[in-house]
Amino acid sequence: MNRDIQFDDAGKLRHFLTVDGMSRETLTGILDTAESFVTVGEREIKKVPLLRGKTVVNLFFEPSTRTRTTFEIAGKRLSADVINLNAARMSVTKGESILDTVRTLEAMHTDLFVVRDSASGAAHLIAKHLPPHVRVINAGDGRHAHPTQAMLDMFTIRRVKGKIEGLKVAIIGDLLHSRVARSQIHALKTLGAAEIRAVGPRTLIPTEIETLGVAATSDMEKGLRGVDVVMMLRLQRERMDGQLVPSEREYFNRYGLTEEKLRHAAPDATVMHPGPINRGLEISSGVADGPRSVILEQVTNGIAVRMSIMATIMGGSEERI
Amino acid sequence: MHDAGRPADLIKNMAAQVAAQKLSKPVLIGIHSGGVWVAEQLRAGISPAPEFGTLDISFYRDDFSRVGLNPQVKASDLPPVDRRDIILVDDVLHTGRTIRAALNEIFSYGRPERICLAVLIERPGRELPIQPDVAGKSLALSANEEVKLSNDGGELSLDVVKI
Repeated sequence: MNRDIQFDDAGKLRHFLTVDGMSRETLTGILDTAESFVTVGEREIKKVPLLRGKTVVNLFFEPSTRTRTTFEIAGKRLSADVINLNAARMSVTKGESILDTVRTLEAMHTDLFVVRDSASGAAHLIAKHLPPHVRVINAGDGRHAHPTQAMLDMFTIRRVKGKIEGLKVAIIGDLLHSRVARSQIHALKTLGAAEIRAVGPRTLIPTEIETLGVAATSDMEKGLRGVDVVMMLRLQRERMDGQLVPSEREYFNRYGLTEEKLRHAAPDATVMHPGPINRGLEISSGVADGPRSVILEQVTNGIAVRMSIMATIMGGSEERI
Repeated sequence: MHDAGRPADLIKNMAAQVAAQKLSKPVLIGIHSGGVWVAEQLRAGISPAPEFGTLDISFYRDDFSRVGLNPQVKASDLPPVDRRDIILVDDVLHTGRTIRAALNEIFSYGRPERICLAVLIERPGRELPIQPDVAGKSLALSANEEVKLSNDGGELSLDVVKI
């Protein structure tokens, strides 16, 4: 996949499509800026004028609650006009192609598209076919990437642990269908995590994952031993066509995160989940709602991180028109 | 060349002018980075020592569309400003655009009773109708001259440079 289109000729970030190939400096810059946006959410007037007069279209060809909502809030706190389109219910069902939909919206002077689609590479495709002053953020494409989720996860880890360098991290569950896991792995590696483990049934761990420098295991105890951060993934039953997991009860018994299994991790281990959670399937309610869980902090942090990404790619756009 | 003077003397001069403003329990707010340095030292000259805040106006700049976001942006940290008297402090008043942005940001936190503008150096080149209430010194710089404040471990110094 072509990642050069994320940067302009001067090396400035103009689209945010994948964290794969981005420098540590770029990622750290986004996280640092997000810290300042956190305080905006704590003010009397939770708005700054950076994107005043800009139009942001949330173009979601797949359902989403938290990602779409936090992008909407992020855009509004930056003073942009935000339009939400659940395209699955619109023109696409009438046979219009994605690019025709995007071109139509571009003709209405959209400045930034936030795109989610079930096809890998959809956001790249759109970015390639738009004029240079229009920006694109990937809000999840197929099994490929979900870079803003990975960034809010990195932000949350950094806030809780103070750093990412040197941490041991286990990513647990359905890695096969997970665009979140792919983006997390790239971000963790770039930001200097000491060890990344992929834990889950063999049927749900992609075979090529070890080429990314990730140690794969189907042994939950071994995978959890001594880790600082436990990143749970949602079991994506809607994407499974074959028999990839035996039964839900057996899956929970072996891979569901419970307080008992969590004892194998470091005593101060942090538990994360991108949501929506399947309680009693990949995680017990006791852990999800327990003191180690930062699942709701992840949602809150998503706003500041998405504001940071939007402001970073939209700044300085005028010169290129 | 212009003699910008010693910042410590200018700040003493500013403190006397601030006293003449007859402010009631003011909040002292410095603008990052130079304004914060000046405000910290000015605070020592005001009795009783006022509440303190810092402002980073990066999110309110009017050149965001042209130059983008300052990568060094810091979080603003303000005490409650609603119905308070405020001394807004910056190092150099030049075009007035920084002050415009700072005023906008302060109003996102509440409605102050009164804002008084205190600067270390006031120079020509205004692009907005903004004037200081308190100025350490006025320097008649030309368009190709700039005055810079630097901070060496708390020791402030001023230099006039050609650009």
